[in-house]
Amino acid sequence: MEILMSITVGVLFMVGTYLLLTKSLLRIVLGLILLSHGAHFLLLTMSGLQSGTPPLLNLNSEAYADPLPQALVLTALVISFGMTSFLLVLSYRTYKAFKTDDLEQLRGSADE
Amino acid sequence: MSALHWVILSPFLFALIIPFLFKYVSKIHTGWFVWLLPTALFIYFMNWLPVISSGQVVETTISWIPALGIDFTAYLDGLSMLFVLLITGIGSLVVLYSIFYLSKKERLGNFYVYLMLFMGAMLGVVLSDNLIVLYVFWEVTSMASALLISYWFHKDKSTKGAQKSMLITVAGGLAMLGGFILLYQMTGTFSIRTIIDNVDVVQASPLFVPAMLLILLGAFTKSAQFPFHIWLPDAMEAPTPVSAYLHSATMVKAGIYLVARMTPVFGGSNVWFWTLSIVGLVTLLWGSISAVRQKDLKGILAFSTVSQLGLIMSLLGVGSAALTVGADDPIYSQAILVAIFHLFNHATFKGALFMAVGIIDHETGTRDIRKLGGLMTVMPITFTVSLIGLASMAGLPPFNGFLSKEKFFSAMLNVRNFEAFDVGSLGFLFPLIAWIASIFTFLYSLIMFFHTFRGKFEPSNYERKVHEAPIGMLISPIILVVLVIVFGLFPNLLSYSIIEPAKQAILPTVLPEGEQFVVNIKIWHGVNTELLMTLGVVLIASFLFYLMHRWAKLAIYNRERDPFNWFYDNALTGLTSGSQWITRLQMTGLLRDYFAYIFTFMLLLVGYTFWRFDAFAIDTANTSVIEPFMWILIPLLIGAIVTIPFLNHRITAVIVVGVIGFLLALLLIVFRAPDLALTKLLVETVTLVIFMLAFYHLPEMRKEKFTPRLNVANLLISIGVGVMMTLVALSSAALGNEAGYESISDYFLENAKELAGGYNVVNVILVDFRGLDTLLEVLVLAVAALGIVTLIKLRLKGGEDV
Repeated sequence: MEILMSITVGVLFMVGTYLLLTKSLLRIVLGLILLSHGAHFLLLTMSGLQSGTPPLLNLNSEAYADPLPQALVLTALVISFGMTSFLLVLSYRTYKAFKTDDLEQLRGSADE
Repeated sequence: MSALHWVILSPFLFALIIPFLFKYVSKIHTGWFVWLLPTALFIYFMNWLPVISSGQVVETTISWIPALGIDFTAYLDGLSMLFVLLITGIGSLVVLYSIFYLSKKERLGNFYVYLMLFMGAMLGVVLSDNLIVLYVFWEVTSMASALLISYWFHKDKSTKGAQKSMLITVAGGLAMLGGFILLYQMTGTFSIRTIIDNVDVVQASPLFVPAMLLILLGAFTKSAQFPFHIWLPDAMEAPTPVSAYLHSATMVKAGIYLVARMTPVFGGSNVWFWTLSIVGLVTLLWGSISAVRQKDLKGILAFSTVSQLGLIMSLLGVGSAALTVGADDPIYSQAILVAIFHLFNHATFKGALFMAVGIIDHETGTRDIRKLGGLMTVMPITFTVSLIGLASMAGLPPFNGFLSKEKFFSAMLNVRNFEAFDVGSLGFLFPLIAWIASIFTFLYSLIMFFHTFRGKFEPSNYERKVHEAPIGMLISPIILVVLVIVFGLFPNLLSYSIIEPAKQAILPTVLPEGEQFVVNIKIWHGVNTELLMTLGVVLIASFLFYLMHRWAKLAIYNRERDPFNWFYDNALTGLTSGSQWITRLQMTGLLRDYFAYIFTFMLLLVGYTFWRFDAFAIDTANTSVIEPFMWILIPLLIGAIVTIPFLNHRITAVIVVGVIGFLLALLLIVFRAPDLALTKLLVETVTLVIFMLAFYHLPEMRKEKFTPRLNVANLLISIGVGVMMTLVALSSAALGNEAGYESISDYFLENAKELAGGYNVVNVILVDFRGLDTLLEVLVLAVAALGIVTLIKLRLKGGEDV
């Protein structure tokens, strides 16, 4: 399972990077979402998957799944949500101000 | 802190109060206050003169950075004595002169602060025994020099000249620092004394020649040696007191000082002898020929200074041969004597000449020899001063320049008899070049004299009424020409007081302990080769001057600018346009390019680390089972991810991204993370809603138009990143299992109930164990929310640009 997930993480990163390298603001936002997905699952995968029960102590299990990566990912999840929303609004605002979402046209002038 | 340290620091400390003096005591010219310091220092050093002349040295140390072997050691010996007397003596005369040269309306505060900075730094250079301390002071002199050259910064030429001198001398200084560090590598010390004591180690080392050449580069740039001399003529944009002080008497001699100081270390080697001799002689010849072509009085003096510095440099090269002989043989060591003597003489007559030119400039408003003429009767005192200075520079008796010129000839004639360094048949070139250069020296002295003072006085050439300068301005040059005459008639006043101790310092190993060099300078030697050479110089140069109206029409005469400036100008513009080109190449302003740099660098770094530490590992044993439904879930997920780049409709793209999010939430349930799955579902839903809202306002996505090459590059980078992350995930899991670290998670599992009273461990970690982190996370969300509200609500005023 870990190997399969590693490959999935790789695919997430690959497509995320590809979208980051495009010129459309929207695609870049999508790319960032995929990258953060990739990062979350990378964290989870590295700690080992599917071992034991969920980390709820009242289950009285012999072995629990590792709670620490889950806590980390939970934090990261919320933060990337904040970031995505902000980016979306930022691109909306950029479009309103400049009437384009093409980064080729949004680049600064050479003398800046 | 000894008195000597305070002396070095005193100009810096004094510089602190100069601005206040200038501001609050505006009735009195600030120069009068400043004048007190160099004068006091000169008197102080004169008191030391008998001690130093008797062969003693003064050395005091204070620790600065002992861990690096950097101590502030002040060291006063014969050679330093010569220089400190020049620095303080000429300094005091120059300040006196500047009081009358610069009016009270100028920014005197700045001027004297720079001048004091320079004086302190120059004292530091010649009094430091530690190479690093010497280097620091050395660079401060470059800085002060540039500041003084650009003193009238409203003139474009001033700032350009300052930039040029700064670039050339600081570049040389850096090379010199490299040389010093090589010396440290060899000997383990920065102290010049100790290095001289361990000279065997240095001479046996393979770094000997590189260190020598680097240090010489520093000395040559500072002392305006060929082909680095081009900065000195441009430095003449500085106020004339500065030219007289820095660019003729003291700072440009710092290179000479360094060479003299380093002679005990490097002297006696073949490379040292030939480099110094050749560079010195070429500079001498080039400078004197170039001086003839100048039409600006200060230009003539600048090239003349270049040529005279070359003369001294070549003498130091020739004299270094004495160190190979082992005993005192006048044939070899006489050149060092002449170098010291001429150094001193040059400071006197060139200082006087610069001041006289400054007076002419000040009183007539021009320095162009094509406009000047007939000033002899108008400015009789300036005329007399210039006459004596020029005669001394040209090498006429009974002035001190004659003595050193004669001695110079005989030192160069001696080279023919050298047995060291395979001089052999090349020996005749030394006196020949010296003689030709002297002819040109005489010629430009004649040009300066006749074109300025003789001829017809044309009042219409000048913008103001020309008259003799005020007496205050004349005092300093008069004192200097009196010295020119006195040392011309009684040269032996200097012999054992200054020249002999300085020679001892340059050639410490030649004589047995306690003995003295014989220094005897006479005016009349009888009719010998030297005298005949001088006669030849006078006759040929006069003949050339007589024919001047013919060769003055030649194109080469009218081209004033030194051809070597071409290299400097092109290098400078090339440097600017080259760096602009490189910057434009990478700073495209396009986000895509910056991301490409970041990812490429990351790939290279991680790839190198993988390769270097052989870090790839895969662990197939400790993996969990893949449940059958995973074989549907994962391909579905990967398929959804891979389709995104191909989608050109925003709604489709958003839906696919939503699908990916929900599939991942499903996976989280499988991975025993119910809290995560719950949050993920919530987050994905809200994100989807926001997307929908934003997309309503955003334009339709277009197909990406990239050139095939860029597209391939993007593909390669993204595939690279994907593969890299997979490898990192696999390897870190495998290597983590291999290392068998104890997980810190057990602590939370054990203590969640006891310490925090909660059953859901993930929640307990978030709200209890790492509660502060969560608080800050909430803060991040709040900031993001504020940002969003601002971006949506904020309406910029009509004309305002975003």
